[in-house]
Amino acid sequence: MVDNTTHSLKRHGVVAGKSLLLAVAMFGFGYLMVPIYDIICEVTGLNGKTGRVSISEAAAEVAEDRLVTVEFVASVNSGGTWKFEPAVKEMQVRPGELNEAMYFAQNLSSNAVVGQATPSVSPQAAAKYFNKTECFCFTRQPFEPKASKEMPLTFIIDPDLPINVDRVTLSYTFFKSPDQTT
Amino acid sequence: MSSSDHAHDHGHDDHDHHHGPAKGMMRWITTTNHKDIGTLYLWFSLIMFFIGGGMALIIRAELGSPGLQFVDPMFFNSMTTMHAIVMIFGVVMPAFVGLANWMIPMMIGAPDMALPRLNNWSFWIMPFAFTIMLSTLFMDSGGPAGGWTLYPPLVLQMGDSFAFVIFAIHFMGISSVMGSINIVATIFNMRPPGMTMMKMPMFVWTWLITAYLLIATIPVFAGAVTMLLTDRFFGTSFFSAAGGGDPVMFQHIFWFFGHPEVYILILPAFGIVSSIIPTFARKPLFGYDSMVYATASIAFLSFIVWAHHMFTTGMPLAGELFFMFSTMMISVPTGVKVFNWVATMWRGSMTFETPMLFAIGFVIMFTIGGLSGLMLAITPADIQYHDTYFVVAHFHYVLVPGAIYSLMAATYYWIPKWTGNMYDEKLGKLHFWISTIFVNVLFFPMHFVGLAGMPRRIPDYNHIFADWNFIATVGAFGFGFSQLLFVYIIMKCIKGGKEATSEVWEGARGLEWTVPSPAPYHTFEQAPAIDANTVTR
Repeated sequence: MVDNTTHSLKRHGVVAGKSLLLAVAMFGFGYLMVPIYDIICEVTGLNGKTGRVSISEAAAEVAEDRLVTVEFVASVNSGGTWKFEPAVKEMQVRPGELNEAMYFAQNLSSNAVVGQATPSVSPQAAAKYFNKTECFCFTRQPFEPKASKEMPLTFIIDPDLPINVDRVTLSYTFFKSPDQTT
Repeated sequence: MSSSDHAHDHGHDDHDHHHGPAKGMMRWITTTNHKDIGTLYLWFSLIMFFIGGGMALIIRAELGSPGLQFVDPMFFNSMTTMHAIVMIFGVVMPAFVGLANWMIPMMIGAPDMALPRLNNWSFWIMPFAFTIMLSTLFMDSGGPAGGWTLYPPLVLQMGDSFAFVIFAIHFMGISSVMGSINIVATIFNMRPPGMTMMKMPMFVWTWLITAYLLIATIPVFAGAVTMLLTDRFFGTSFFSAAGGGDPVMFQHIFWFFGHPEVYILILPAFGIVSSIIPTFARKPLFGYDSMVYATASIAFLSFIVWAHHMFTTGMPLAGELFFMFSTMMISVPTGVKVFNWVATMWRGSMTFETPMLFAIGFVIMFTIGGLSGLMLAITPADIQYHDTYFVVAHFHYVLVPGAIYSLMAATYYWIPKWTGNMYDEKLGKLHFWISTIFVNVLFFPMHFVGLAGMPRRIPDYNHIFADWNFIATVGAFGFGFSQLLFVYIIMKCIKGGKEATSEVWEGARGLEWTVPSPAPYHTFEQAPAIDANTVTR
């Protein structure tokens, strides 16, 4: 006999409670996917996320017999009021050697703003071999009204870069930072 | 109030006060009766079907010829978005929950759902959720127009009515999760002695598995839309690259929900068809055990195939291969099901009443949609098909002559049990044939324009696609208006018709056919005696 006695209500409560617990756990899992995603992207170099290393870590034998072309691209996110461009469009580098490149940015608006650049490397396979020791993209960049500045980055291409890659494109997108405090 | 006091024949005159429903509107607002709530869900979904269908007709009217003629592009985009949200969350899901409410207790021999008050809540949240959702169309910033998948950054460019969209989605999710918890508790706890798991009808099994899919994935979706909400209004940057987030991550989280969701929309349909085909083939379901295992396998696989929706976002080769092969693997358990249905019909004494016509239509046309799905699973081919009308053709074949046909089949199959009257068989068959002709006129040409490169979600298109689009629009209006016939048949059946016997169909099997037609307000207050020989499925 199935009826809603206290006993069966208790059994319903157990099933409902366990199911609810599963639902709450899965809500948490949705949020857990955020750090998992970041870790996977970092480990595999997916999404063109580049590596950050210290100079001592990056020190490697220079591959004297190999030249790789690095192209520099700059774009401003919609709604941004910046002039933003690389100093040179491309350079030839040897894997293992420390290189410096320069980007130029100017705030075109008459307000003080904080910008943030995010990098992306293509082809994807090259992303995890593209290591930066210093980069303006590591920090937020405050600008006075109409101010301009030169922003450097230093990078080393890992000599383990797959042999079929001879051209790497480094692209920066300049955003208005969500955090405008300086 | 022990149940032994209850007389078995519910028709007698001096019955207890609690036998019949309360009178007036309050009956429907306060009801905790599974049959009442099932009815509410089914009416709600029928009304939403016409709202969502109206939106589809606006879309097809605009696409009837190249150029912009009736609506502006922004409104067109909110129509495609709203049409999807209404049809998925407002039609197919509530209709399945309604059928679960009506049929599961009667199929397993339980007096009601396990948690009747929760049941009342899970229904009554829905009209409010959809009022909020649809009201955004009348707000200054308009309805959601970035597609039902709500991809950032596009969706974050929406105006302030975005908050209403998210709020409505949260409510729909809460309703679904509560409904699912109720179904799980009912199936686990309310089965009378002798009703073992493997004696349950396939519809009950498919719903048990669907309920788990809902409980496991709806909260992930709730999390994803909450992230969108905080990105839009509270300064977080989950999906904004400027703050270190990534829009592609949304697609991963969304489709982790979204792919199991498409099985939520089809597994109960498999259950319905598995009930109907044996009845009209007058044979037990072929390979019942394998049907159960196939359903469970599909549910498991649905969690590891999500990125096949995102082949064009850029993925390493290993990822593309994994998601391609795991997707193709789903065709194995799905194939088991299709072959089992065919084997059930094989050498059966088949008759072709309306429910059977819709069920066979389901098997054939769902398989067409399954086949184009297999084509889309092939990564290199998908790069051509992605975001074209080929995709639109694919998922409409599995959802319209798939899920919707199963709902129509279910309505014709069980409506004599609900109303006590037979529906008009001649009109039912007419409804089937008109719908089937027009649904193919509507969706089949979309394969051609899709392969030729017509993008989806665009109000205007190249002239080379004009002819097939015109034909599809003719099909759309034909299919849309023929559904008025469906409503007429339902109304006519409620009003009267040939009286239905309790068995209704000659080959009917299962406990729901042992109670009188119409099913009394309370059934199985006394648990039915079930032994190894009782036919329950």
